[in-house]
Amino acid sequence: MNKLILGRYFPGGSLLHRIDPRAKLLAGISFIFILFIANNWITYLVLWLFTFTMMKLSGVSIRIYLRGVRPLIWLILFTVSLQVLFTAGGEIYIDWGPITISSFGLINGLYIFSRFTMIIFVSTVVTLTTKPIDLTDAINYLLQPLKRLKLPVDEISLMLAIALRFIPIILDETQKVMDAQRARGTVFGEGSLPQQIKKIVPIFVPLFVSSLGRAEDMANAMEVRGYQSNNPRSSFRRLQWQKTDIAALFAMVLLAVILFILRTEGHHFH
Amino acid sequence: MQINLQQVTADYQAGPIRSPEILKSISTTIKSGSFTAVVGKTGSGKSSLLKLMNGLLVPVKGQVSIGEIMITSENAKQSVKEARRKVGMVFQFPESQLFAETVEKDIMFGPMNFGVPKAEAKEIALEVIERVGLDATILSKSPFALSGGQKRYVAMAGILAMRPDILVLDEPGAGLDPKGKKEVMDLLHAWHKERGLTTLLVTHDMDDVALYADEVIVMDEGRIVFQDEPERLFSEMTAIHQWGLELPQARKLQIRIEQEANVRLPRICLTLDKLADALIEAGLA
Repeated sequence: MNKLILGRYFPGGSLLHRIDPRAKLLAGISFIFILFIANNWITYLVLWLFTFTMMKLSGVSIRIYLRGVRPLIWLILFTVSLQVLFTAGGEIYIDWGPITISSFGLINGLYIFSRFTMIIFVSTVVTLTTKPIDLTDAINYLLQPLKRLKLPVDEISLMLAIALRFIPIILDETQKVMDAQRARGTVFGEGSLPQQIKKIVPIFVPLFVSSLGRAEDMANAMEVRGYQSNNPRSSFRRLQWQKTDIAALFAMVLLAVILFILRTEGHHFH
Repeated sequence: MQINLQQVTADYQAGPIRSPEILKSISTTIKSGSFTAVVGKTGSGKSSLLKLMNGLLVPVKGQVSIGEIMITSENAKQSVKEARRKVGMVFQFPESQLFAETVEKDIMFGPMNFGVPKAEAKEIALEVIERVGLDATILSKSPFALSGGQKRYVAMAGILAMRPDILVLDEPGAGLDPKGKKEVMDLLHAWHKERGLTTLLVTHDMDDVALYADEVIVMDEGRIVFQDEPERLFSEMTAIHQWGLELPQARKLQIRIEQEANVRLPRICLTLDKLADALIEAGLA
């Protein structure tokens, strides 16, 4: 529970910490699209170089990023193995009916693996270097145009901010409840699957109860301070767009251009 | 049951951030049958010390002995289970651990985890619920339908039902009104005496130390800096300030009286009763 890295903020003063959250969010999202430009080994190499530079720039140790991948590793390996086993073409090494291991399959598997891990790494870079509250401000800002479609953008971002705010608290609380039940003799991670599922009840029930209590306290606290959902709200922290932010977005455009130049035309593995 | 710590060093992990050496090479013995208070500033390592007792925190170096059971970093997986059978732990705000549909089932949870048969666990539940001063009819109710104070007692009953030899308490009276707090402490103290338990109590309230403890441990920056009788602790005025502690109410009053009347009472008084006695003896009252 404590090993969850994705979505956590690491305080620091790196260049990436200082970039405007809107720029970071846009860059992070555009990276996911840029990933799909790559289709040969040199483009993937460029992307890996980019990813590692970002990780280095964030000033957070590589080990913490690796820990972020760990909870998803089985999903990644499953997808990769599907690619490896069911892609035909190129040199074929093993052939058991529908299952083949071919050079195309292996290469494709490697690409898929790269894509997954790079997405995780880069989105971890964004969340590790951005305060959750700044991130929601950024989302709020970027969603503003949707107001024309009568979408309650401010409420959505407030909900998001509250949800993010409570993640660490609820994680702490989970730890406490788990400790309390351990002290009463529960051993987590032991026994058959149904037994293990049964052991979750003594954690979840207290967590639900306290979360509901917390939500009610929160709602009351907001109400007594005069919160009205339809009133326009001002912000204490104003986002400031600076030259470095333009540079950051320009870097993403540059990355996309480089990949377009280096990619193999008209040649697809899929 | 005696507790013995030998050069125990422990790390604390909260999320991805690891604080190394929250406890620094601690060695101590807690005598069987004693009621020991653990005091110190926030972050001094009190709670970590408590968690060592039942393996919620495993030492990186050194060993923790609970009676015959020895916990080290190597054998933790096995020894911790045995230790938890012997050590009952009442956390801060223990009512947050309630989960079952009925009070009875919640109290039976601990004993049954440790292999007590269902019928016997039922008997224990009835026994402890009456022992903590609640009515037996409460057993069939949902723990979430109870008042705050009742919840606290049910949660404590759930720990006492495990019939621990060692009781570890982390501010059991926190958040209760003074009367409720005193009732909780009196109950736990009475249980301690009755069963001849070894009890550890983490507290910020020096009056608890004065009233209940026969030994006190002071923690500061991950080390035990003092371990002796409460009377000795509350005579070390300069050290007490340095460790961020206060004096019990009666001791404060004693000092005030001594200053105003320009006398010195023959001994250090930590409770009002003892102070009254001392004043009568000295002919001041």
